[in-house]
Amino acid sequence: MIPYIPNTEKDQKEMLKEIGARSIEDLFDSIPRNLRLKTDLNLPSSLSEMELVNELKGLSRKNAHLDEYVSFLGAGSYDHFIPSLVDHLSSRSEFYTSYTPYQAEASQGMLQTTYEYQSLICKLFQMDVCNASLYEGATALVEAAVLAHNVNHRKKVLVAKTLHPEYRQVLTTYINKTLGLSIVEIDYENGVTDLAKLEEKINKETACVVIQNPNFFGCLEKVNEIEEITHQTDSLYIVSLDPISLGLVIPPGEYNADIAVGEGQALGGKLNFGGPYLGIFTSKKDFLRKIPGRIVGETTDKKGRRGFVLTLQTREQHIRRERATSNICTNQALNALRATIYLSTLGEEGLAKVAHLCLQKSHYAAKRIYQIPGFELTFRSPFFKEFAVKCPVSSHKINKLLWDNKILGGFELGRFYPELENSLLFSITEKRTREEIDKLTLFLEDMV
Amino acid sequence: MREPLIFEKSRKGRRGCSLPACDVDKENLEKLIPKKYLRQGSLGLPEVSEPDVVRHFVRLSQQNMGVDTNFYSLGSCTMKYNPKVNEDIANLPGFTRIHPYQPQASVQGTLQLLYEMEKLLCEISGMDRISLQPAAGAHGELTSLMMIKAYYEDIKEHRDTVLVPDSAHGTNPASSHLCGFRTVVVKSNKDGGIDLEDLKGKMSERVAVLMLTIPNTLGLFERNILEVSRIIHDRGGFLYLDGANLNALLGIVKPSDLGIDIMHFNLHKTFSTPHGGGGPGSGPLGVKGKLAAYLPAPTVEKDKKGYYLDYDRARSIGKVRSFYGNIEVIIKAYCYLRFLGREGLKKVSQNAVLNANYLMSKLKRYFYLPYDQPCMHEFVLSGVEGKMKDVRTLDIAKRLLDFGFHPPTIYFPLIVKEALMIEPTETESKETLDAFVSSMIQIRKEIDDDPSLVKQAPHNLSIGRLDEVKAAKELKLRWKEKKSGD
Repeated sequence: MIPYIPNTEKDQKEMLKEIGARSIEDLFDSIPRNLRLKTDLNLPSSLSEMELVNELKGLSRKNAHLDEYVSFLGAGSYDHFIPSLVDHLSSRSEFYTSYTPYQAEASQGMLQTTYEYQSLICKLFQMDVCNASLYEGATALVEAAVLAHNVNHRKKVLVAKTLHPEYRQVLTTYINKTLGLSIVEIDYENGVTDLAKLEEKINKETACVVIQNPNFFGCLEKVNEIEEITHQTDSLYIVSLDPISLGLVIPPGEYNADIAVGEGQALGGKLNFGGPYLGIFTSKKDFLRKIPGRIVGETTDKKGRRGFVLTLQTREQHIRRERATSNICTNQALNALRATIYLSTLGEEGLAKVAHLCLQKSHYAAKRIYQIPGFELTFRSPFFKEFAVKCPVSSHKINKLLWDNKILGGFELGRFYPELENSLLFSITEKRTREEIDKLTLFLEDMV
Repeated sequence: MREPLIFEKSRKGRRGCSLPACDVDKENLEKLIPKKYLRQGSLGLPEVSEPDVVRHFVRLSQQNMGVDTNFYSLGSCTMKYNPKVNEDIANLPGFTRIHPYQPQASVQGTLQLLYEMEKLLCEISGMDRISLQPAAGAHGELTSLMMIKAYYEDIKEHRDTVLVPDSAHGTNPASSHLCGFRTVVVKSNKDGGIDLEDLKGKMSERVAVLMLTIPNTLGLFERNILEVSRIIHDRGGFLYLDGANLNALLGIVKPSDLGIDIMHFNLHKTFSTPHGGGGPGSGPLGVKGKLAAYLPAPTVEKDKKGYYLDYDRARSIGKVRSFYGNIEVIIKAYCYLRFLGREGLKKVSQNAVLNANYLMSKLKRYFYLPYDQPCMHEFVLSGVEGKMKDVRTLDIAKRLLDFGFHPPTIYFPLIVKEALMIEPTETESKETLDAFVSSMIQIRKEIDDDPSLVKQAPHNLSIGRLDEVKAAKELKLRWKEKKSGD
């Protein structure tokens, strides 16, 4: 007997009798006999629960994890503190074993938390509308660019080179190779988008300008100047961002972004080797009927009691099919729930404090590092929690030494930016202590 | 009792979380960041205590039906039991606390798991290679279509059309459109299969691919699959399998033997990972032969030194998301496959099909079954035939909630009027199925005796039937403070 399958032999016999079939095999008669497998699949034998746990624990131990190593690595995936409540409450199985809330009356829990998620994100971003989530940051950005093209039918997308390199790759796959739009990258100057280059490249064919703020180097973009340039040609202004930064950085609604998206992993999400994460998608209300994915709205029942339902479903694939605004069906509801619990738990003061701790600690770390002879900051622009450091020796060698001393070093920027070889991008979250930062600088001093 | 919104529980000065004091020398904020880049005003987040947060979300969870609390008969969704041990394993720090840019030598455990997962899925499907990157089934579909498009561009064949049957999932035509293809719909025949004459008429050198769900969304196996495959392949097209219904075929049929060239899996359906209230899922895609070169980068490979991520793939379509996939979901599905193994997997499909036929056999005496033949893992009833006294399928669904059952998928597939699509899965017991049948019979009686009871349902939940028209008209999509005087 398999524990997940309740049917006993007796059950099976009774059920077959009801059906009027002689054997289970008979139930598969609609499959032509020559197509049915004659032998068992060549898979490993089944395991007991105990054996499974032992084997998988063994596999997990082949990974070196960040309870054992001190991490200074970010670059789009962040080791922030996760309050206990996030795991406890999101593992309520009424939540995690439920389906998409198509039957609203049976799904008020998930619908209300999603409505709260939309409300919290709208507040934080200062944007008009937010959907129920998309897969992760890069595909959320793709959906934003597709929306821009659908709105103004223009065929050129301007992308800041300071946008996460993997996001630029994903945009290329979707926007350029698949939809045939052209992508033009805008160079950077001192770690932020070069405004002169942007003005040079933008024209009436530009569907949208895509930036990241804080950008991949951790620097704060000149968001107001970019807004002016972008809207001069009536192009859409798209910003990708780290929601933690909004604890102290100006939100996209304040600088007139048309669409603001982001990777929401930092909001109570686990590192998980890159997924599942959370694609945040917000926009101005003008685009409401064109935005992708599910949206929850408030309504009432017959007695006038407040309740929540999926709404504006005529945008979606299960109703509109090939004319849908996107093909998304399954989203990242549980990750959005984690973000909701995280933001509720941290609250007004908590999130601001996390952001300030990141800011202060990263600046302390930067100062300590650039005071080491031979090391200097790659850029001199204001930054939030990440900063690039030009190293006097191979950045790869530095990371190796750090790793040998139980430290996960910065991101080696040369991988995506050949011109920045030997620059390391350090990420300092609120979890890093002064002691750990001082230890990092001691090892860096040893390198020169 | 309705639970207030978290914002409505907010009281100035309360907090739900403690954070350490700043242990480095603090600089003046505006010295670090110019004022114009700083946020002015509040964040707008609630101020609630820790017990407030706990009670809020626990109460909300109690207003939600999950597989752990109720039988979910949702067709095409495969709402099977989600094994708890898989949750524990996926939450081991060795799996959750690893960064996607860590040195590859330091994540050999996860890379090995991904490598082995690919092998397991290859064996189950007969495909040559798998990409584990797509975040969901629809993402797998889209990625597959991108690969097919790239292939035809390479061999300089202009193919701009995707064929889908009229019973297809909505994601198929939506993915096709998003990829820049034209969608042409192929009719079903009277037995619910592909109409071969219609297919022949619509197949041409413009067609890149036919997207099929097997068993189809009526729960029926495509008996003429080899003929379908010949029609498509003879004129140079590909055959795509939407793997949403794979739960009927494990260890019974290999998709490659049906002529499938490319397909996606739904780990959150077939391989028991929780649906999470709508996600995260995982939609790996599998390919045969020449399409493998176009898989998204990176793939997971193995050499003498160990496992590694291979980005060096000349004809790859590129990246379709950041990093490598919904790893936590993949770990749970891997656990499921290893637990069941060779012996168990076939029993999954056998019992899923047995349960569906049992339910169908009992229910067809009370409800109209438009395609009256043995089904696979699911079947579709129609809520309109007979004297239903103006009661619609939606009403039946809402009334089922009163009996503690999550209703079937309704109004899909589109080719059945007032459809009720029922998929019990293998993890439900005969007693549960019998109880479901009793409730359906009871509802059928109520339709005759007291239709308003059904039309007004649900009656026993924390809320009554919700007004969706009002929601779409008023469009309250976020909470806002009441201004004084409101």
